[in-house]
Amino acid sequence: MKTLFFTQAIDDAIAQAMVDDPRIIVFGEDVPLLRRNLLVRFGPKRVRGTPISESAFLGAGVAAAMAGLRPVVELYMVDFLGVCMDALLNHAAKVEAFSGGKWTAPVVLRIPCGGGYGDGGQHEQSLWGWLAHIPGLTVLVPSTPADAGGLMLAALQHDGPVIFLEHKFLSETWLEFLGSGARRTVHYDVPAEGTKGTVPHKWEPIPVGKALLRRQGEDVTIVSVGLSVHHALETAKTLEKEGISAGVVDLRTVSPLDKTAVCEAVAQTGRLLVVDEDYEGFGLSGELAAVVLEAGISFKYARVCTEGTIPYARHLEDQILPNTERIYKSVRKLME
Amino acid sequence: MPFNLWLLYALMLKSRLFEEAIAKLWYDGLISGEMHLGTGEEAIIAGIVSQLREGDAMALDHRGTAALLMRGVDPVSILRELLGYPDGLCRGMGGHMHLFSKEHLAASSGIVGAEGPTATGFALSAQYAHPGTIAVAFFGEGAMNQGMMMESMNLAAAWNLPVLFVCKDDGWSITTQSESLTGGDLNERARGLGIPAVEVDGCDLSGIWEASQLAIERARSGQGPSFLHARCVHLEGHFLGFQLLRIARNPLREMPDIALPLTRSILRPRGGALRERAAGLKKVLSAVFSTLRDPRRDSANDPIQHARKTLLSYPVRLNDFEDQIKQEISDVFASALAEVPS
Repeated sequence: MKTLFFTQAIDDAIAQAMVDDPRIIVFGEDVPLLRRNLLVRFGPKRVRGTPISESAFLGAGVAAAMAGLRPVVELYMVDFLGVCMDALLNHAAKVEAFSGGKWTAPVVLRIPCGGGYGDGGQHEQSLWGWLAHIPGLTVLVPSTPADAGGLMLAALQHDGPVIFLEHKFLSETWLEFLGSGARRTVHYDVPAEGTKGTVPHKWEPIPVGKALLRRQGEDVTIVSVGLSVHHALETAKTLEKEGISAGVVDLRTVSPLDKTAVCEAVAQTGRLLVVDEDYEGFGLSGELAAVVLEAGISFKYARVCTEGTIPYARHLEDQILPNTERIYKSVRKLME
Repeated sequence: MPFNLWLLYALMLKSRLFEEAIAKLWYDGLISGEMHLGTGEEAIIAGIVSQLREGDAMALDHRGTAALLMRGVDPVSILRELLGYPDGLCRGMGGHMHLFSKEHLAASSGIVGAEGPTATGFALSAQYAHPGTIAVAFFGEGAMNQGMMMESMNLAAAWNLPVLFVCKDDGWSITTQSESLTGGDLNERARGLGIPAVEVDGCDLSGIWEASQLAIERARSGQGPSFLHARCVHLEGHFLGFQLLRIARNPLREMPDIALPLTRSILRPRGGALRERAAGLKKVLSAVFSTLRDPRRDSANDPIQHARKTLLSYPVRLNDFEDQIKQEISDVFASALAEVPS
């Protein structure tokens, strides 16, 4: 075992895959600087910078994948998918269906997501529910370095389009690049277990669509993904001291959803709290409720999600994004 | 309106002092997130914004503070927005990349290239409902490679809309040199879409003023869009804390964290052939070498120093003039920082 930061783990898994598979190339905005350690090892043919032309380079990544390459396409932020959604919505997601299952686009999109550092509502969204809504897209949201590397390897071996979201609060380099900018005067509540951790010497793929029960619980099941998993775990510790046993399921994959894991956990506790940094309406939190209802399980339900456009001011965004205080209150209410 | 160097110099200096003080607040941790300053592009903004009238619109990028200040938006309200206060320009909801002033018809966006469609839409409203008014788009050369920017220029040409497309070209698409990512010549690109293009020096205030006067007049009189291309240098790079400038300013502190993993990666067994690794290293080093010199140290890059040279012929008046502006900005900050909301 070795210890790596979150982003290092992803880069490390990509490097391992690049050694084994010459079809893998990496390109995107500022990749020469951001992935400089891959650039000097694999050279500029395989690691390339792009113009700020998301529609062109994402669309090209999709077609290059159809033609036999395994591109890792990087965007600066998931918010910027708004510029180039056509490549995902109407092309990457449709190729397999349109070709009668004969052709796929094995492209991996690696994109930072998430908020909490005061960058405003155009730069801090999560959007995994919006993406998972589209049939044909796989959406991965890891919460630890070990999961990040293992899921990235799985993404690179997957035979369809994968969106791999890297939360900025878990990534030492993104938070430094965008949030602090070398200032020592700003502080962020970063979960230690999420940002740095032990990883295998040789990466093995973590199966896509498999959730992980991070904590056993008898009274309530908290289902979450990404950064919020750590908020859920922290709150579960607090609740334990007050005699409430909260389990935490880390989805890891938003689509396809691990319905079995969620239903099994909720069937045991009879209470489901979804903690989702994505928007509340029409998304993952509602989907999880539907899945458990469809399974015929009787349960109490609540959700802690992002309510509305994320404000710029940090004290305002703290209120709108999921946090331990909101999770705590919701669990207490579910237990009444 | 005749060209008035004193007036334009005042706009530029106010903006510079305002943004330098913002930088200090940012370094002190009082302003969150990214901070993209417009220091170095003041001549472009002042030369154009000073010619706008009531009813004219502005589509701004993630670097819009200078344009809003020069357009007459209350500086205290801008500052209180950046501080995230509830009585800020956008009630603490927007922040510096998303500043809006409805009464000035000024909208910002942090999405590169979005200024194109926004200015085009403002211009459509101008053409349809308020003839004689115009819209200006301010953006960088990185935005020229966005589809929506090229599409907007085409739409503005096809509909003969009163837009001034202003490309502030600092040569960098964030941390990548734009030259390595851009095909052809940007002026020719605009001309290819049927839009007259003018090349100006981003430090040459009178050149910018004259070129934009013609373009603005064209737009006001119903003769359609123009494209202005002005080279400039961003004195603080893409944003505050810009990694490449940090290396230039403090190589001993910054380099070890970069050089050690880089060396390890070059030496890692398995991967590219030696030739490929050398080519990769060359790419990384070329970005670093291009910014080895801090742009702030070269006064030739500074439009304010440039404009000031002419005014130095009137040393006493200049001194009083600058003192007055410094006092004004200092009062703005004192006022903006006086009351912290509970």
